[in-house]
Order: sequence, then structure tokens, then C-alpha cells
Amino acid sequence: MHGMPSILPLDVSGLVLEREGRRLLDGVSFTLPRGGVTALIGPNGAGKSLTLRLCHGLIPPDGGRVSWAIGDGRIAGRPRHAMVFQRPVMLRRSVRANLLHALEALSFDRPAGRAAAALARFGLSDLAERPARLLSGGEQQRLAIARAWALEPDVMFLDEPSAHLDPGATRQIEQVIAALAAEGMTILMTSHDLGQVRRLADRVLFLHAGRLREDSPAERFFQAPDSPEARAFVAGDLLW
Amino acid sequence: MDALGAMQAAIGLMVSFDPQFLQIVGLSLRVTLSAVLLAALIGLPLGAWLALSRFRGRSALIVLINGLMGLPPVVAGLFVFLLLSRSGPLGPLGLLFTPTAMVIAQTILVLPIVIALTRSTLDDLWQEYREHLTSLGLTGWRAVPTLLWDGRFALATGLLAGFGRASAEVGAVLIVGGNIANYTRTMTTTIALETSKGDLPLALGLGLVLMALTLAINAAGYAASRIGARFAG
Repeated sequence: MHGMPSILPLDVSGLVLEREGRRLLDGVSFTLPRGGVTALIGPNGAGKSLTLRLCHGLIPPDGGRVSWAIGDGRIAGRPRHAMVFQRPVMLRRSVRANLLHALEALSFDRPAGRAAAALARFGLSDLAERPARLLSGGEQQRLAIARAWALEPDVMFLDEPSAHLDPGATRQIEQVIAALAAEGMTILMTSHDLGQVRRLADRVLFLHAGRLREDSPAERFFQAPDSPEARAFVAGDLLW
Repeated sequence: MDALGAMQAAIGLMVSFDPQFLQIVGLSLRVTLSAVLLAALIGLPLGAWLALSRFRGRSALIVLINGLMGLPPVVAGLFVFLLLSRSGPLGPLGLLFTPTAMVIAQTILVLPIVIALTRSTLDDLWQEYREHLTSLGLTGWRAVPTLLWDGRFALATGLLAGFGRASAEVGAVLIVGGNIANYTRTMTTTIALETSKGDLPLALGLGLVLMALTLAINAAGYAASRIGARFAG
């Protein structure tokens, strides 16, 4: 992964998003360099998922811009950033066919071999022929991550990767994320689980009411948050 | 003739492969299957277009098509009759009172079912898949193959419903086909004619075939939705 051309760093500057007269994102700026796990946290409605969607290009911003080191976030015509949604979208096909569909949509060569590699990498080989929608929540999330990984992105956007998983499945997903990060994958994820953020993140972006209030190394964020909102947020978690 | 005797004669017709009987059943199936195939070729793309596009009057069009699902077959027949009659716009083609005219009439009956069902199936799937497919660059027409394939079981049920509607109707094929012996006589028109003539065995035999067909269609529809449920979870 290192040494190859990368679309990173991602430079987000002054993002604004307005809906029905309300400013949902108000001047969000940050830079995402290569490597590491960055957690985007904040209370419900702070704009975490929206920020991911804007970075991934699913929604155009009303102001500001998302710019990649290499034009458009694409190399050789293929997007090099992938997103995993909070509710994994499972096509009504087998696990393997879900991988093949994504690979073929982006015209990868040798899709069968790549799908098999992704299945093996994420421990899904035994489930390959099962209908994807009948997998457990944890297995579905693993398939969604495998499907994103198979597209060889430089950065993965994970939206609440364990929001509705039981503790066992959550631990598995966290191991998957940590392993990806250890291999050099850059990860930008949202989470409402501060324990998870402590376990995984190197860096914390704290959003509140559409504004980025804090951008700190994770350790410092939890020990001594700069902003009063972040202090209240972290304290609330401790008290709860 | 009493009902029991008529029933025995009807079964006799069926097991002896009576040529007239087979000809009628064969024509019915040919006309209806052609109509369903045509309706699928036209209706699946149209339904997909309606599901994915947004324009003024879309809701009105959806309501209109939903309403056309209940179009009385005789009215569809009358419409095609006017179109194909000698003084009509398509009169010079000389299609009136031919099996082709019957296929056209039944296509018009099946088409709204196919369009409406494709539209609603793909609408729901698109809502669910939109972000993932957009992420893969599959928007607009590029999303249609995925949506059609993932809606395959619901769409199959819709085509079967269309087949059921067309094979059971009598009004449209009677008006545009003319019920001509050995040429445009289908199961339903024959039953209507033979019953009024008092020839019950033929009417009953065809009635049994029609009922068996209806049962088979329903069984297939049930199987499609069961298999679909396995994949849909």
C-alpha cells in the first residue's frame, strides 16, 4: 500500500450543508493524511454521517470543498475511497455474488479471484454461497467491509460500524478495523461508542451542531478536551 | 345431458387428445404467452423508467397505470377493435379477427400490471440500495440491471398475475378475435359459446383445463415468493 500513488491526503475545507433553511454543517475543515484511524464523534444530529457522505461524494456540499491529492479521488477512473453504511446494504444474492457485483460494477479484472481473496481475508469463505440477507448482523457488517476492501480503496469511510451489533460481534468488527489499520488502510469512522473510539482511534474529530469543535490526538482528547462541549460530552459518557 | 354424463364426456375429450380440443387449448396458450412476453418486454423497461425518474405528473401517471390494472377486458377489446377495424387507424393492416389482434388486446390488459408492479418493486429496492449503488457509480440506467435482478421474484409473481388475468378473460379476445372456429377460438370464448349451445362436455373439459392452469399459476407464484423470501431474508 505504501509507495503506491494515493489519493490521500484528503483536504476538507469549509463544508456547508443546508436543508430546509437549517445549517446542518457549518464550515467543517480538516485534513486526512495517509494511515491511522480517525474517529468522527459528537452527539446525535451533529452531522457525523453527513460529513462522511460528503467526503464520499454521495451528496454535493452547499459550500466548501472536498479535495483529494489526486484529482477527484479516482485513479485510473476508479474511486479509491469506499464507504460502509450504518445499515449494511445487502443485495438479494449470495455472499459471493455481493462481492462480484461490486467488483464488476467498477470493472475490476479477475473479479472471481478478487472475490475469493476477500472472502478468505474476512473469514467468509464458508458462507460464500449463503444468501447475504440471511447472515447475522455481525456477518453482514463483515461482508460490507469485505466488499469495500475488495475495491482496493486508499481510505475507508465507516459509518457507525457496530451501531446495532451485540458485544461479541462488535468486538469482531473492531478487530477487523484494527487489522485493516495495521495493514496501512486509512480509516475515517463515526461512532457514538466512546469506548470503541478509545480502543481504535488515533485521532478524534469532535463535531457539535454542525461545527468541528475539536481535532486532537485521541489520547489528549480524552484526557483534556479543549472545548467545553467536548468536556461535557466526554464527562457525560463517564457519568453514564 | 346431465352434469355427470357431461363430466365423463369432458374427461374423455381430455384423455383422448381430441384434435379440436388441443387446438383450442394450444391457441389460448400461444396468445396469452405471447401477450405476457410482449408486456414484459415493454413493461419492465417502462416500469424501471417510472421508478427511477422524477418529473411533473409522475404521480398522476402512476395512479393512471394502477387504475388501468382494473381495465375491463371488454373495454380493452373495444379499444383494439376500433383501432383495427377497417375504418380505424390500423385498419389497412387487416389484423382484426386474427390471433395477432388477440395478442394485442391481451398485451394491453397485462401491460399495466407489469408496469405498476415493476415500478413499485424497483422503487422500494432503489430506496434501499440507492447509496450503495451510487457509491459504485451505478445510477440512472446503470442501476436497472441490478434492480431488475434483485426484484426477480416479485417481478415473476407479477408476470404470473398478468398471465392469470389474460388467460381467464373472455371479453377482449371475443371482440377482436371473433370466436372463429379453428382460428381464433380460445378456451374462454369456446366455453361461453358451447354453454349457450348446450354442448356441455367441451365447455366443461376446457373449464377443467383452465382451472388446472389457474392452480398451476398460483402454485408457481407461491413458489416464486417462497424462494424469493429465502433470498430477501
